[in-house]
Amino acid sequence: MERPDVHEALRRLLGPDGPDFDCDDCFRVIDLYVELELEGGDADRAVPRMRAHLQGCPSCSEQRRALRAFLRGEPATP
Amino acid sequence: MADLPASASPAGDADPRVVRDQESSEWLRDLRADGHRREDAVARLHALLLRGARYTIARQRTLLPQFWESDLEQLALESADDATVAVLARLDDFRGESRFTTWAYKFAFLDATSKLRQRAWRGREIPTEPESWTLLGGSADGDQPAELAELLTAIGDGIAEALTERQREVLVAVAINGVAIEVVADRLGTTRGALYKTMHDARIKLRAYLAERGLRPLEDA
Repeated sequence: MERPDVHEALRRLLGPDGPDFDCDDCFRVIDLYVELELEGGDADRAVPRMRAHLQGCPSCSEQRRALRAFLRGEPATP
Repeated sequence: MADLPASASPAGDADPRVVRDQESSEWLRDLRADGHRREDAVARLHALLLRGARYTIARQRTLLPQFWESDLEQLALESADDATVAVLARLDDFRGESRFTTWAYKFAFLDATSKLRQRAWRGREIPTEPESWTLLGGSADGDQPAELAELLTAIGDGIAEALTERQREVLVAVAINGVAIEVVADRLGTTRGALYKTMHDARIKLRAYLAERGLRPLEDA
């Protein structure tokens, strides 16, 4: 598509292609996923459908960003 | 929805329930103990979760500009209380794949975010009409390229024709108008997981509607 914001908006609207899991599944593994990300591990390989879910779920995506920022000691700026 | 992937456990962990670090083991031991040891551990857990709740609320402070700091602190305390109860009730769910503190923090983050968003939307109507196509980068001013205009028209038609009323409400509210999924779930009297399933089904229908018209907007991105 023409602009990155359009692509992002379309992805938010149309969500991930293929198998997905829901927010409760995401909640069960988000701690593992974020730790692996911060440790430089292959989080997407360990939790294969997580990235697709995060792309399609703004709420879980924000949870991941917030938990990640917190564990990295970043200030709580919006 | 699909089951959790079997490979969610880190490679090489023969038993995911084996807690991998000493600190996490001590948390579990103390929270499962009796008497003062447990009371002390619960108090430490509450302090930990309060820190997480405060961070979450500070991060999303702009959602509640009308709130005093004391109101937000009260919200953080309520979240820490509820998250503590949730963690204690689900101790057996801790699989030891992450640090215990990381696992516990997520309860505070989820609860605080949920409370914050519920307050932010209290008394407000959830927008379920696609009133803001500009979120898709298009507009009604005819300024977008013909290809994009065609796609936006097809998306609008697909939302109107291919989805059930419930699917339409959920998809538009969450994916177009940006309302938090937990807020919509609460209004509709359902869970986040069930609501996401509704949204997932709506997306499949919408994708199919577009594909039938030769439109695959995410494939050429």
